[in-house]
Amino acid sequence: MDILFDNLPGLLIAIPLLGAFLTPLLSRAGDSIRNAWVLIVTGLSSVCGLLVASQVLETGTIVYTFGVNTVSNIIPPDSGGIPIRIIFTIDPMNAFMLIIAAIVGFCITLFSVSSMERLSGKDGFFTLVLLLIAGVYGMIATGDLFNFFVFLEISSLAGAALVAYRIDKGVAAEAGLKYAALSTIGGMLFLVGVGLLFAQYNSLNMAVIADRMQLTGLDIIAFVLFFTALAMKCGAVPMHFWTPDSYAMAPSAITAFLVVSSQASLYALFRVCFTLYGGQINPLTVGWVIIILGILSMFIGVTMAIPQKDVKRLMAYHAVSQTGYMLLGVGVGLAALSSTCLSQSIGVMALKGGLFHIMNHAIYKGLLFLTAGVIMYRCGTRNLNQLGGLGHNMKWTMVFFMIGALAIAGIPPFNGFASKLMIYESTFLFNPLLAVIAMVVSILTLASFVKVFHSMFMGPKLPEYENVKEAPTPMLIAMGILAILVVLFGIFPQQVVDALVAPAASALIDYQGYISAVLGGA
Amino acid sequence: MSDCMSKIIRTTADIMFMFIVVFGFYIVLHGHLTPGGGFQGGAVIATGFILLIVAHKLDDFLGWFKKKAFQNFEMSGLILFIGTALAAIPLGYLFFMNFLSGAGGLFGQVVPYGVNPGFLNTAGTIPIMNIAVGIEVLGGLSIIILYMTSGISNHEEGE
Amino acid sequence: MIDNLPFLVVAITILLGLYTILFRKDLIKMIMGISLLESGVNLFLIALGYRWDSIAPIFTGAPSLAMVMPTVQALTLTSIVIGVATLALLLSMVMVIYRYYRTTDVREVTKLQG
Repeated sequence: MDILFDNLPGLLIAIPLLGAFLTPLLSRAGDSIRNAWVLIVTGLSSVCGLLVASQVLETGTIVYTFGVNTVSNIIPPDSGGIPIRIIFTIDPMNAFMLIIAAIVGFCITLFSVSSMERLSGKDGFFTLVLLLIAGVYGMIATGDLFNFFVFLEISSLAGAALVAYRIDKGVAAEAGLKYAALSTIGGMLFLVGVGLLFAQYNSLNMAVIADRMQLTGLDIIAFVLFFTALAMKCGAVPMHFWTPDSYAMAPSAITAFLVVSSQASLYALFRVCFTLYGGQINPLTVGWVIIILGILSMFIGVTMAIPQKDVKRLMAYHAVSQTGYMLLGVGVGLAALSSTCLSQSIGVMALKGGLFHIMNHAIYKGLLFLTAGVIMYRCGTRNLNQLGGLGHNMKWTMVFFMIGALAIAGIPPFNGFASKLMIYESTFLFNPLLAVIAMVVSILTLASFVKVFHSMFMGPKLPEYENVKEAPTPMLIAMGILAILVVLFGIFPQQVVDALVAPAASALIDYQGYISAVLGGA
Repeated sequence: MSDCMSKIIRTTADIMFMFIVVFGFYIVLHGHLTPGGGFQGGAVIATGFILLIVAHKLDDFLGWFKKKAFQNFEMSGLILFIGTALAAIPLGYLFFMNFLSGAGGLFGQVVPYGVNPGFLNTAGTIPIMNIAVGIEVLGGLSIIILYMTSGISNHEEGE
Repeated sequence: MIDNLPFLVVAITILLGLYTILFRKDLIKMIMGISLLESGVNLFLIALGYRWDSIAPIFTGAPSLAMVMPTVQALTLTSIVIGVATLALLLSMVMVIYRYYRTTDVREVTKLQG
């Protein structure tokens, strides 16, 4: 048992990878065996993720080195004190992201096992899903810049192939092409940045680079490259144009996980700002850049969402808008923490709000995309003008959609309210105008979702959807898990913040702790 | 793509194919000693198959090698790779540990330093992983080209 | 000056790649631009790893144990492998697009807008 527990961080990517490679073999044995296999694999990897997270929250940062004989052997004796091996560094911030990926990853697999029933090419589909999950876990857990690039590319390639999976008369392929091209360009920019850092500091390890960081001119170029690449991948506004296309055209379960994958990029953005360049960059400038990106994303996202006719495209624009809230919270956190005239608690509060919003957004947005998937599965269209009166037959879906919509609009007692309140409170003290914009965006979000809710579920039964049935049970279970979490996190926000978000925020601020966890206090 | 090339090209391709495959396997097997390795060797072998596809009719090619065979190659390579990496965990090491290195037996010899003709029986699990990657890449690249070719020649078929 | 020549070539390659991606109106040519960008980045990594008067880390041919650490070569190799996969994926998608739209002109491949 000890061996298994020691190897949990390695198993985190080993299980989905093994599962992915065995899936084509097992699909020859029949559909039900393959489905069971995929569910077992994702279930195991989710359990693994949760176990790692709980271990980290209990005992502190875990450093896992690949290819050594004992756990404690992080730094090879003949390397002069430099960890040259590939390592996974999991501190409470990573643990926080792992929990999100674990929950959403399991739900989307459960959902897609039943939603993909009628389509062909499922062995390829599930292989790619598992690769996507492995890529996202790797992006979150890794402590090595180049390794991050590799996992970034794994997840974007698998994601792009999944976006294009339902070819849909070439339209999905168009969206997939956009996603793949953008991810590749972003990945290449990131790689140039990695090269610039490697040239100066002779290391790829994040902790080592953070330790040696001098902030030369090349470092600033590298920072700009990282920032651009990761902002592109997380769908912040000037580079958001791939988001609505790929989110709308991907199968709904995949969209729910693409949200998590964007948030893994967002996590990396924060990691670069807080840890890699910790204490070196000018926090006020970078903070304001992040705030402006956040405000733009919030506002442009929501204004573009309102006139949409396609329900998933609308939700995708809302995803852009919600990403703005996270950027706003963390940007205010970064700027306020360095400020001398404001108290530290405002910065910490804003940071916590932004991080808590990441988790909440992954959960309620996943729920909303899954309900859109049910509508698509049962009615075969995403066009709001053709839908209507579904509330009579799809009661559970309606309830789940309502929970998700109220959460995204920031209505108590759902989880969106809890995190948005933290962002409003701290932002108002930092700069009242920002808080006002955030609230206006929230109201516009509510307006847009009221429209969607009305045109999809309300009204008399339409003749073409007379006999539409409720979603199959696995789909309902997947949505139910997420809906319960939305409500629970909304009712007990303080407990969640204390248990998960506060350690993550303080881990993000404390870059010295990250460095010393890897280098052993050196 | 459906027309086949002239007899000269076909014969040359047939002869070259054998040399390309042998050279590819040479690169795969010497991956841990020389520049090269699984991916490069696999890519070289795949070019051999692609040469056959280009020189002959696609239907002829599919008569000699099945798509299923390449899929099997790809899959078994991947499983061998991840299996070798995972095998370290039950043995009490960490993921990706090179547990065969320096242990004697298969691939377990110590690497000699200095100019030497190259000893294959060294480097532990690295040659195994090279072979795994080689098999995977030869299957993967061939199947990509195969799908693309059949996508061009027949619009109904394809992925 | 001669030391910086590779980096000059890298910059030119990357800029040519970006130019091709931004200003060419054909999907295949844009993919060529992406490929050019990848080559530029790979060349950059390799150029970083070059050391004057040092010994290449090839065990069968190295006269002594003082060899160059092949980290960047490993990185480049990985990046090339990823590049191949990306290229194959992008080209397959263009093939699918061409099959349905009968064109690869970016001005006409615009079913997703708004």
